[in-house]
Amino acid sequence: MNTLDLKLRIWRQAGPSSTGAMVEYDVPGVSEDMSFLEMLDLLNERLIAQGQEPVAFEHDCREGICGSCGLMINGQAHGPQLGTATCQLHMRKFSSGDVIEIEPWRAAAFPVVRDLVVNRSALDRIIEAGGYISVTPGAAPEANIIPVPKTVADAAFDAAACIGCGACVAACPNGAAQLFTAAKIAHLNLLPQGQAERYSRTEAMVERMEEYFGSCTLHGECEASCPKRISLENIVIMNGDYVRAKFRNRRLAGRR
Amino acid sequence: MIHLDSAIPDGPIEEKWDQHKFEMKLVAPHNRRRFEVIVVGTGLAGAAAAATLGELGYKVKAFTFHDSPRRAHSIAAQGGINAAKNYRGDGDSVYRLFYDTVKGGDFRAREANVYRLAQLSVDIIDQCVALGVPFAREYGGLLDTRSFGGAQVSRTFYARGQTGQQLLLGAYSALCRQIEAGTVQIFPRSEMLELVVKDGRAAGIVVRNLHTGQITSHSAHAVMLCTGGYGNVFYLSTNAKASNATAIWRAHRKGAAFANPCFTQIHPTCIPASDEFQSKLTLMSESLRNDGRIWVPMEFDDPRPPNQIPENERDYYLERRYPAFGNLVPRDVASRAAKLEVDKGRGVGPLKNGVYLDFKTGIERLGRHGIEERYGNLFEMYERITGEDPYQVPMRIYPAVHYTMGGLWVDYNLMSTIPGLFVAGEANFSDHGANRLGASALMQGLADGYFVLPYTVPNYLAGMLGQPAVPTDDPVFRAAEAEVADRTKKYLSIGGTRSVDDLHRELGKILWDNCGMARSKEGLEKAISEIAALRVEFDRDLRVLGSDDTLNQSLEKAGRVDDFFELAGLLCRDALHREESCGGHFRVEHQSEDGEAQRNDDHFAYAAAWEYAGPGAEPVLNKEPLTFDHVHLAQRSYK
Repeated sequence: MNTLDLKLRIWRQAGPSSTGAMVEYDVPGVSEDMSFLEMLDLLNERLIAQGQEPVAFEHDCREGICGSCGLMINGQAHGPQLGTATCQLHMRKFSSGDVIEIEPWRAAAFPVVRDLVVNRSALDRIIEAGGYISVTPGAAPEANIIPVPKTVADAAFDAAACIGCGACVAACPNGAAQLFTAAKIAHLNLLPQGQAERYSRTEAMVERMEEYFGSCTLHGECEASCPKRISLENIVIMNGDYVRAKFRNRRLAGRR
Repeated sequence: MIHLDSAIPDGPIEEKWDQHKFEMKLVAPHNRRRFEVIVVGTGLAGAAAAATLGELGYKVKAFTFHDSPRRAHSIAAQGGINAAKNYRGDGDSVYRLFYDTVKGGDFRAREANVYRLAQLSVDIIDQCVALGVPFAREYGGLLDTRSFGGAQVSRTFYARGQTGQQLLLGAYSALCRQIEAGTVQIFPRSEMLELVVKDGRAAGIVVRNLHTGQITSHSAHAVMLCTGGYGNVFYLSTNAKASNATAIWRAHRKGAAFANPCFTQIHPTCIPASDEFQSKLTLMSESLRNDGRIWVPMEFDDPRPPNQIPENERDYYLERRYPAFGNLVPRDVASRAAKLEVDKGRGVGPLKNGVYLDFKTGIERLGRHGIEERYGNLFEMYERITGEDPYQVPMRIYPAVHYTMGGLWVDYNLMSTIPGLFVAGEANFSDHGANRLGASALMQGLADGYFVLPYTVPNYLAGMLGQPAVPTDDPVFRAAEAEVADRTKKYLSIGGTRSVDDLHRELGKILWDNCGMARSKEGLEKAISEIAALRVEFDRDLRVLGSDDTLNQSLEKAGRVDDFFELAGLLCRDALHREESCGGHFRVEHQSEDGEAQRNDDHFAYAAAWEYAGPGAEPVLNKEPLTFDHVHLAQRSYK
């Protein structure tokens, strides 16, 4: 088994209102088969043995799907491997002697809770504004009554694959959440089932997003950092629908 | 002794649920807002129940220990969801799904519940499609299905290898709509640490805010626990790291019977452990067994790489032993067969702890693109974890703890032995007997949440019209808060030398070695005494650093592992008392000559509902007899 000797520089912050700092740790003897988070587990076990408080970091499924984990690794959201969440990153991508800087997501909308843990609930607020199709259980029609072309279903799926980790926001120099918001809007707006609320949804979600997050200047960092490879094209869909929504919703408002 | 009344409605099995729906009491729309209900857990069952009850007009409080409801572990389910739609015209029906599920569960589930589940399965698909779940579709635009283990029809609906994610996001979106509408109040980062019972009824819960450590009480007319399974008692499992049994265990201690804890499912296709730092095991969806073939080398300790082993020197042991179902035998059968091969010395990989799952013939038949389309994300995940490309070399897989069929005992209405406490999804014991078929967990979670609780909870509430919820300044709440605070302080004050993870890992090893895929009287007795000894060590030598007024992940874990210790003891006792092999419970003393499980229907055709008798006291066994009027008791055969 190959092992690595690493130097970590980790952001430590005791609480939301404390000042934080980068703290250096030597971590020898890391197996290359470990995941990045298992490497942090190892560090934490050693810290506990020394009587030091372990590093707080978010994680849960460790299968790249729950979206809990998310670390800024050497300035890259989720680290160096494209299309990979932090938990799926393995130490064989690093070399012995590497210095690895680990920071929390940094964005105005994501306040630090402790160490590497941030509060991402602003993302939930966006979905609450309109990221749904209104269906009462019991009211749904037979599932096969509306055929959905495979290409449309596939495109909707590609957008729906978002895990809500917030890497796009963290990677964006403006702290914008356009990719996250657009992924949900595109998922629902592409499907026939999502048409009835298409424009009200778009307007509500975009405007909720603007309350919390920065503006998009199309850097494309979000797409590059996305562990699910959500495409920038979704932002085009969102912007188009937003413009249409502004006209349409105004016209409809006049009728009410 | 607890009185177990399963409350199964009268009448023919096909009509029980409809008849019951008519007979249940209703709450008029204007009265609904007078009732407060609590939902703990926001996975498939919890999010669906909270959203639906909110929409009906009840005042719902939903609690999750995650930062967002969307992180619940339902999200990690890969393969699919069963439904008796018979879109393939291949002979499926509600009755067949019911039949397959009872048989797959090795005749240890309640027939009436399973029948209802099969009936509701078709509504779930309708509901989810309407919510915008992007299920896989055929070129004609209609829904696609695939086959899963334990069935000879193609009834599994899927969204690539991320079905759980898409279904959960659907339920989460419905929940978000209700949060926005103000019918559901959401409490993220709030872990339930105590159930409050007053005058024999569930009256509310005590939660701890994981960011601030603040302990608060919440009262309600009814409490629903949708908090998932207890697979993490084994430390290594496919469950998410934080999945735990604390909510159901706390309820158990307050009087809710715990049924069939020894019915744990070991999933056959997981990535084998690579070293001792392994923090969890990763599932590779059962759907892979549609196009992958499982084999081991004929030779013992064959050093050759898999691609150099010729066809005639490979043993496709599942196809050989079970020609009718082949690689698609149920999970318990596939897992035991893999263990048998590895124990014989035919294991593969650096640690000789796996078997091959080979896609060569699948790729030849469907092309690389066809395989990519079906399993792309799983292949990618495998490559990330192992550094090997499964398009080129066969995957290495081995069984791992995945799901727990056991859970809190519930009646037909999903109510536990504590009136007003309902339990749904994996947290209850209801529908899967001793073994769950693939793609049935998602079905059960959503059936319970969207279509069962929204009928049965109002039926309970209707009888309480005019009664206010117990106020949170009542002494029962104060006492429960004090208990929670004391427990928290206790962990911080032990000041020992061993971390929570270290103790949890040791507990898991005791369980896996003695109460895993093969169990014996001797091993179980040994495990019970080792668990008790380790528990003493936990109380004496635990080290939890930091304080209780900030985010403290070690402290959270300490409480969960503390409960796992007690649960582990019960699990072993249940396994010890059940002198038969059935489904996921395999007692080496009870097997046929060719190693198949031998049930004992004369003595064990019952659900074992254990009653908590106090710390350190032997739990009390209650039995709910199971009758099989439709699916006749028979030895399962997949040959």
